Amino acid sequence: MAFTSSGNLSSAEMSTRDAIGAVNRAKRIDKIFAVGGILVMVIAMGLLFALIGDLVVRGLGRIDYDFLTSFPSRRAERAGILSAWVGSILVMLTTAFLAIPVGVAAGLYLEEYARKGWLSNIIEINVSNLAGVPSIIYGLLALGLFVYGLDLGKTILVAGMTLGLLILPIVIVSTREAVRAIPRVIKEGAYGLGADQWQVMWHYIIPAARPGILTGAIVGLSRAIGETAPIITIGALTFIAFLPPAPVSGDFPFINFDWLTDGFTVLPIQMFNWISRPQADFHVNAAATGVVLMALTLSLNGIAIWIRYRLRREHHN
Amino acid sequence: MAPTRIPNATELVASGFVARRKLLSRVMSVLLFLCAALSVFVTTAIVVILVSESWEFFAQVSIIDFLTGTMWTPVFANPQFGVLPLLLATLQTAALAMMIAVPMGLLMSIYLSEYANPKVREIMKPALELLEAVPTVVYGYFALLVMTPFLQKFIPGLAGINLLVPGIILGIMILPYVVSVSEDAMRAVPNGLREGAYALGMSKWQVALRVVVPGAFSGITAAFILGMSRAVGETMVLAIAAGQNPNLTFDPREGAATITAYIVQVSLGDLPHGSLAYSTIFSTGLVLFIMTLGFNLAGFYLRKRFREAY
Repeated sequence: MAFTSSGNLSSAEMSTRDAIGAVNRAKRIDKIFAVGGILVMVIAMGLLFALIGDLVVRGLGRIDYDFLTSFPSRRAERAGILSAWVGSILVMLTTAFLAIPVGVAAGLYLEEYARKGWLSNIIEINVSNLAGVPSIIYGLLALGLFVYGLDLGKTILVAGMTLGLLILPIVIVSTREAVRAIPRVIKEGAYGLGADQWQVMWHYIIPAARPGILTGAIVGLSRAIGETAPIITIGALTFIAFLPPAPVSGDFPFINFDWLTDGFTVLPIQMFNWISRPQADFHVNAAATGVVLMALTLSLNGIAIWIRYRLRREHHN
Repeated sequence: MAPTRIPNATELVASGFVARRKLLSRVMSVLLFLCAALSVFVTTAIVVILVSESWEFFAQVSIIDFLTGTMWTPVFANPQFGVLPLLLATLQTAALAMMIAVPMGLLMSIYLSEYANPKVREIMKPALELLEAVPTVVYGYFALLVMTPFLQKFIPGLAGINLLVPGIILGIMILPYVVSVSEDAMRAVPNGLREGAYALGMSKWQVALRVVVPGAFSGITAAFILGMSRAVGETMVLAIAAGQNPNLTFDPREGAATITAYIVQVSLGDLPHGSLAYSTIFSTGLVLFIMTLGFNLAGFYLRKRFREAY
């Protein structure tokens, strides 16, 4: 390969041939890389899709009207997930109600109000660390603080608060990203017309950031729906054969919050409970619950991805 | 319809409108600050709860015995509190997960950032995101009831409850996250560097391995460290498929309880709050928290570095 200073013809020919060889070799390695990349992706995705397909094949046949409207039972063929999906929805409502306003407020503060300094630095490191704290640690926090410290019991409210804290970093980060993407001129125009800071936030920043915030909130909620560990840690029962009182009733004052202080179970807990049993019939129930759970989380995420996709297209146009 | 008369500045001040707006703006900025400060409060509360609940435990069991003991039998008549069996199982499954996630993640992110055409990337990124949304209890089901029976046909001596399969599943589980973080880091390498390298006659793989990967090195490392943190803290896959029996072993074909699986086991049982055995979930939780905190902080600074570099 080396060029010699004498520059005779044969060595020049040699180096050309070498160069062609090197290029061909590089092209071959390139192909190996590209094929390897695709292969790894196909293997990983293929494995996952095979597993999900297996779950659907085993579980889908078990899902019928009775399965969705029955309480858990000692007999596998009679058991259903009524208390579990009602519990999941009520816990989700509580989580959304707590985490979204607080998360959006915190994100707004960090992006629009906070001056660069040690305090905002600490909060930033802190949020990024919280996003990586294992979910079971949130369970221990809730057990020590809410269940034993504040004596709130093992209720829907406690589960909602626990999962709310868990998804707070997700909501904060997505709010910050959404706010950061808003063109400065909108803000400056509003300030120029004499709006104060809160007016700018309320009338311009929050509406403009809404799709991004929504995406983050949905992703957070879909994570919360699938969380099992923190709910087990606060000691949620797994055998619940009753429903909490309905939140809406025909009598005055039409809405009540008694359900917040009720015991509950949720879909992932029910699934975990059935997986842990030795009988194969219960494993079919577990697969069916898994299908319901996956349908919920995947459709939530699908919605979030769709919103973001539309948002990006609008930005481009 | 007569047009509304717009009040002038003096009238606005006199009517208290300006004062009200000012007050609202003030109140809201304080409120927003409190919400942001809540996140700091959460971290503090985690530390306070974990330390205070395990205070009693460490008053009775010395930290040295706790960290170096090889027997974990908190409910025996003569209880032993050596955390090593739990710690070893935790690190072993996490290491197995990394053996899957590091090579596969690296190849996939190089492919997505350097080779794939934009259309493939447009489809793959959301698909990976969807996979990140699969609940962990479902992965536990896969590990215990699908993968383990399947692999038992090929691996002699593989127990029904083992460390190997949850380790593999964990690796696949953290793969989408690792790929998305490290691909972000690779995409952040400025195109000028790539173009310069191409101009010097480098081929694609040379650019990928000699320019992009070194350029994005801190971000890629961050991706793996944060993935490791997730693997260490993951609960359901291990509680379901790795068993709840503390077992000091280096053989991944055997089952062994990890820290997280142990906490789940105690939470499902009926040990009374306040007993020494019960307080172990907080002392082991503290170990877990400190480990993941270390990983998270390292990941945070490495990620910050690649963001600042370009």
